[in-house]
Amino acid sequence: MSHAVIELSNISYAFPDRDNTLDGLSFHLHEGEKLGLFGPNGAGKSTMLHILMGLITPDEGQVTLFGAPMTDAKAFEAARLRIGFLFQHSDDQLFCPTVLDDVAFGPLNQGLSAEDATERAAEALQTVGLAGFEDRIPHRLSGGEKKLAALATVLAMKPEVLVLDEPTTGLSPEAKARLAEILKGLNMARLVVSHDMDFLSDTADRLLAMRDGKIRPGELKPHSHTHVHEEGDMPHEH
Amino acid sequence: MAFSDSPFATGDSFMHRTDPRVRLVCGLAVTVPAALLTDSQAAWLALAFSLLLVKMARLNLVRVLNRLAVVNVFIAFLWLFLPFSLPGYPLWSIGPLNLTQEGVDLALLITVKSNAIVLSLMALLGTIPVQDLGPALQQLKMPDKLCHILLFTYRYIFVIHKEYVTMRQAMRARGFRPRTNRHTYRSYAWLVGMLLVRSWDRAERVGEAMRCRGFRGRFYSLARFDARTGDYAFLALCLLFSAFVVYLGFIRKGAL
Ligand SMILES: Nc1ncnc2c1ncn2[C@@H]1O[C@H](COP(=O)(O)OP(=O)(O)OP(=O)(O)O)[C@@H](O)[C@H]1O
Ligand SMILES: [Mg+2]
Repeated sequence: MSHAVIELSNISYAFPDRDNTLDGLSFHLHEGEKLGLFGPNGAGKSTMLHILMGLITPDEGQVTLFGAPMTDAKAFEAARLRIGFLFQHSDDQLFCPTVLDDVAFGPLNQGLSAEDATERAAEALQTVGLAGFEDRIPHRLSGGEKKLAALATVLAMKPEVLVLDEPTTGLSPEAKARLAEILKGLNMARLVVSHDMDFLSDTADRLLAMRDGKIRPGELKPHSHTHVHEEGDMPHEH
Repeated sequence: MAFSDSPFATGDSFMHRTDPRVRLVCGLAVTVPAALLTDSQAAWLALAFSLLLVKMARLNLVRVLNRLAVVNVFIAFLWLFLPFSLPGYPLWSIGPLNLTQEGVDLALLITVKSNAIVLSLMALLGTIPVQDLGPALQQLKMPDKLCHILLFTYRYIFVIHKEYVTMRQAMRARGFRPRTNRHTYRSYAWLVGMLLVRSWDRAERVGEAMRCRGFRGRFYSLARFDARTGDYAFLALCLLFSAFVVYLGFIRKGAL
């Protein structure tokens, strides 16, 4: 098997005055692997992602990124430049005065020149379908546009791994389909957290579920359902 | 709200094209002596110079006057008390109150100085887009911490205000109307408390997001600064003016 790019072993974490949110959790993501993670609200999915990014220090357990144990803040600093992390709330992610500045922020931190960073940013905006949004004010975008802009900030860094926390919330069906296409076109390893099962099964090779502070294999059972479509009675595919 | 709340930052005047670092240095050179002045002649000169700067920045006059009005509301309070509270040559008296020449002079001096400083800052610093402010400060070798504090204060005052507005709207949408009762006071206390907690949390999360994108304490900007001859000429003009004010206001009077 190929190398694990992200490896969590035996992670436990409790928020102050609460029971363990994560309880002896182990997880790994291998090179080129596309994983989908789901689980009930409050299960601890976002918490796990924050731990693997080094934003929360677990009470117990070990984080290993790109084969190196993350023992201190310095180690995380270097590893973070290689991981594209999309926050669940885009409002937290966008903080620059213009969309272009925001998308270029990461590449500039990676040491690119202003020209190259601008080019990268424009390219990333194009990819997510926000070409022409360069001079807009990030926090005045619509909810879905914010999500796409945040995704562009992540893609602009050309990460080796993508970690996306609910990338589809607030997206219209068109934008969601577009996002699925973008993801399917990328061959870096990724972990996508979502409540949108159709999206997950469309974009992931394998599904995992979080329950009781641990990760287990997730199963999707095919089932029949009634649903609403714009097309009404038109025949359609799933 | 937010960034359009720096209404002077966009424009195409000579001032807007001047290197932000030069504008920062000029801002310091022009306003510090002005703030320390005790000489009215020099103060009037500073006011004249600040008007020149505003002219060079081609600021929207209505907006400038709006801002000035806010400052002068505070100064109006000074005029209520100061002229009566300084001993000196009486101009007019009602009962125990004496309006003195010295009092009027001092109030006038403060008025002129304040307006000169505010106008200069509007023209020099108000015209720097906030995304350039951080890199400019850092290139002037200001301490990183200070730059961060300045920038984020500026950036997040608007966010906090927006949170406040949002929460007010949420309260009103659920039928809240302020009255003089316990429910009202308690709700307002919660509003203020939540505002603090939310701002704190948000600052934390934004900081995390920045670290995730490789932020290590230095700002890099898409803007590249290069000071040209025009910039140096402008710098020289401001420094010359500053020196002249120092001469008029301090050296000539033997204060230095
Ligand atoms: N800062 C915090 N302090 C205390 N408890 C917290 C904090 N952040 C999260 N929690 C709690 O930890 C648990 C896990 O939260 P987390 O955000 O990881 O859930 P999640 O699986 O991402 O849920 P969702 O699907 O709703 O995004 C929740 O019960 C939440 O209330
Ligand atoms: Mg979550």
